[in-house]
Amino acid sequence: MRTLLNVTVLFLASALGLVLGWLILDLPVAAVHLPEQVTALLEMSGVVHPVTAVLLNFRGYDTLLEIAVLLLALLGILALPRHVSDHQHRSPSANPVLQTLTRVLAPLMLLVAGYVLWAGAHRPGGAFQAGAVLAGAGVLLHLAGLLPAWATPGRTLRAGLAVGLLVFIAVAVALMAQGTLLQYPLGWAGALILMIEASLTLSLGLILAGFYLVLTDSRTRV
Amino acid sequence: MSTALVYALTGTALFVLGVAGLILQPHLLRKILAFNIMGSGIFLVLVGLAQRAGTPDPVPQAMVLTGIVVAIAATALALALARQLLDMCGEMRLPEEKTGKDRLDV
Repeated sequence: MRTLLNVTVLFLASALGLVLGWLILDLPVAAVHLPEQVTALLEMSGVVHPVTAVLLNFRGYDTLLEIAVLLLALLGILALPRHVSDHQHRSPSANPVLQTLTRVLAPLMLLVAGYVLWAGAHRPGGAFQAGAVLAGAGVLLHLAGLLPAWATPGRTLRAGLAVGLLVFIAVAVALMAQGTLLQYPLGWAGALILMIEASLTLSLGLILAGFYLVLTDSRTRV
Repeated sequence: MSTALVYALTGTALFVLGVAGLILQPHLLRKILAFNIMGSGIFLVLVGLAQRAGTPDPVPQAMVLTGIVVAIAATALALALARQLLDMCGEMRLPEEKTGKDRLDV
């Protein structure tokens, strides 16, 4: 029974793979040439790097929805009931070498996050990469036993988690008077994008770190 | 065959592997991993196909960047839900998988 299922699924999956591969080889060239359009409008976007321009200007609502989805996922995790027990939360490791190294590395990671955020305007980088570095710093601090896991986020932490989405929505609402969603006025685009990206970085870093820190917390308490 | 197509075809292979794993593996952690492999395959197809013409296309790259972060969020939520199931039922398997006794050998 099990073998039959295995064979059937593997057969169907390889058939699917062959069909998909054939389709990819057979695909016609796209009728609309997007890179040219992006390059043509890049000067109006307020940034020099095309990926950042697409993320925060041309398709800004994608990014707006993305940060909303992230916040929603974290809220979902926080909403799940926890198993409370008498066991005190123990930090995973109290290794002095790791702790010293982390104390040196964490400020450097903050610096790198700031640089990557700033670099996003003209070279690969931006809010997501910077947020990921921030989250990495948070996870490292927790693994070294320097940062406790989050039981329930306090008021400041909640504000930090939400600030990215709130700033983004505030900018979108303020620009609604023009008639189009998230169409930045000429000349203001660069400053607005930097403001949104900075708040996004903070929120993304906290949310991504939160996924880890919230999940670890309820596990160690069981 | 250009490098871009190699990427896209590797992406389809990963996607198919993920589909097979999602169906065949009863353990929820493995299902979540398989789901992530499916997602990575799709990202590879998007980025690979977008540079068929020779120049990288920033639009799919931005989409994939968004997709990666959303995939992390979805994985974290899935892990939290799976652990909730473990806490409540004591098993990392879906109830449907439990009925077929012969499917339980991992």
